[in-house]
Amino acid sequence: MWLWTLGYFILMAKITLVLTVVLLLAAYLVLVERKLLGRFQARIGPNRAGIFGILQPIADGIKLLVKEDVVLDGAERGIFQLAPVIVASMALLTFAIIPFGKPIIIGGHEIPMVISDINVGLLYAFALTSLSVYGVALGGWASNSKYALLGGIRGAAQMISYELALGLSIVPVVMMAGSFSLVEIVNAQAKWPFIIVQPLAFIIFFISALAESKRIPFDMPEAEAELGAGYHIEYSGMRFGLFFLGEYVQMQVLGALIAVFFLGGWRGPFLPGPIWLLIKIIGFSIIMVWIRATLPRFRYDQLMTLGWKILIPAALINIVITGVFIVAF
Amino acid sequence: MQPIIVIGFLNNMKVLIEIAYALYMGFYTTLKNLFRGPFTEEYPEYKRPLPARSRAQIILTSDPDGQERCVACYLCSAVCPVDCISMQAAEADSGRRYAKWFRINFGRCIFCGLCEEACPTSAIQLTPFFENSKRDILKMVYEKADLQVDHCGKDKNYNFYAYAGIVTKSAGKGEHVKEEKPVDVRTNMP
Repeated sequence: MWLWTLGYFILMAKITLVLTVVLLLAAYLVLVERKLLGRFQARIGPNRAGIFGILQPIADGIKLLVKEDVVLDGAERGIFQLAPVIVASMALLTFAIIPFGKPIIIGGHEIPMVISDINVGLLYAFALTSLSVYGVALGGWASNSKYALLGGIRGAAQMISYELALGLSIVPVVMMAGSFSLVEIVNAQAKWPFIIVQPLAFIIFFISALAESKRIPFDMPEAEAELGAGYHIEYSGMRFGLFFLGEYVQMQVLGALIAVFFLGGWRGPFLPGPIWLLIKIIGFSIIMVWIRATLPRFRYDQLMTLGWKILIPAALINIVITGVFIVAF
Repeated sequence: MQPIIVIGFLNNMKVLIEIAYALYMGFYTTLKNLFRGPFTEEYPEYKRPLPARSRAQIILTSDPDGQERCVACYLCSAVCPVDCISMQAAEADSGRRYAKWFRINFGRCIFCGLCEEACPTSAIQLTPFFENSKRDILKMVYEKADLQVDHCGKDKNYNFYAYAGIVTKSAGKGEHVKEEKPVDVRTNMP
């Protein structure tokens, strides 16, 4: 019984740790992004709240919390209120399966440095990232506004173009690791990260992950130039904040997934595991900011062409080649 | 291999190379900007010196000898497109005209500079000082005491009454600059 209680507390401690890091990082990614975008455009970026604008996320958070939470008369009330929760919670839940370090051994008991090592973790991750599209589509539909509806429809259209390529590009990784469990996939990369043997899969996954994150150049659901703010145009206060938070947590999720599948997860020389995972996540986020600063937005028929005519065939060919190599050697 | 297929393949390669080059140039350009440093001037800490003729806060200037320039001719008030200038004319014992009261409503003023152009005596002038916002809108109404300054502004030498040919205590008939003594017309007769 006491062992069960202890295990419960250890689990709670791990959840607290991961949530704290993820949420803090999400808040400060906003600042990093604004600062970096400023520099990319030869501006300074926010620097008024505290030194280097270090208090800016806190100020933004307070602002979002105290603003009025408007629910429109014409909106489908329940769904309208549920949509941002779906987006934010699906993004956060994905972190349950990301391994963030070597298991520690205390008193003969092995404590895995992952909240939950599901043996179909990869499917769980894809299920959650796909579910978060429901938040976008439902939020857009429930807003009872044409711009939001267009944004939601685009979100769904975008999902069917990248999701298949996203899933197929990972199949070679699963074939090489021989497991759906993220812990096993990381362990399979003990010798070398999969990016070396699977560069094509990495590129396909990276492009699909950009589309998954709904950021420039694939921000058709948001498209502030054409649709105002797209699916979250009618949201205000902390409900908008949840969409916003969801986007930045999603960036981290995708960074973490790329790290786990291709860059060896928490593995790396000299530094401890969690630090390496953080470095990889932040590096991926910075590359996403760079891409945002450089590329214009695609049309969504262009994304569909890219997804169906290029990425999916490339991923299929990659699977066949990997299969041949695995059988041959 | 068919020559057409070879040409098609080469064309495709050309397109691919063009795409790769375009991507490279795009990312290179943004990266270059990242290390170029910001151009931003941080306003409250650094105030860019504005050109002398930039148009903001309005003043009423004085003659080089220190007297008010404004002769209350109403031209600025008439030309003002938003009707923000009002005044009342009066005449001093010395013979000089002046504004009994002079009022500019800066809540309305659009800083177009037409009053400055209309002014025959260079009295009303626009200055580069623009930080004149207020929390209370009634404080945006400036009276003559708030507007009158004791320097010449942009027009350093001009003194209207020295040229005008109007008889005041300081100068009688024929005593102004570039003015000759009055001639008795009868002496011109043959």
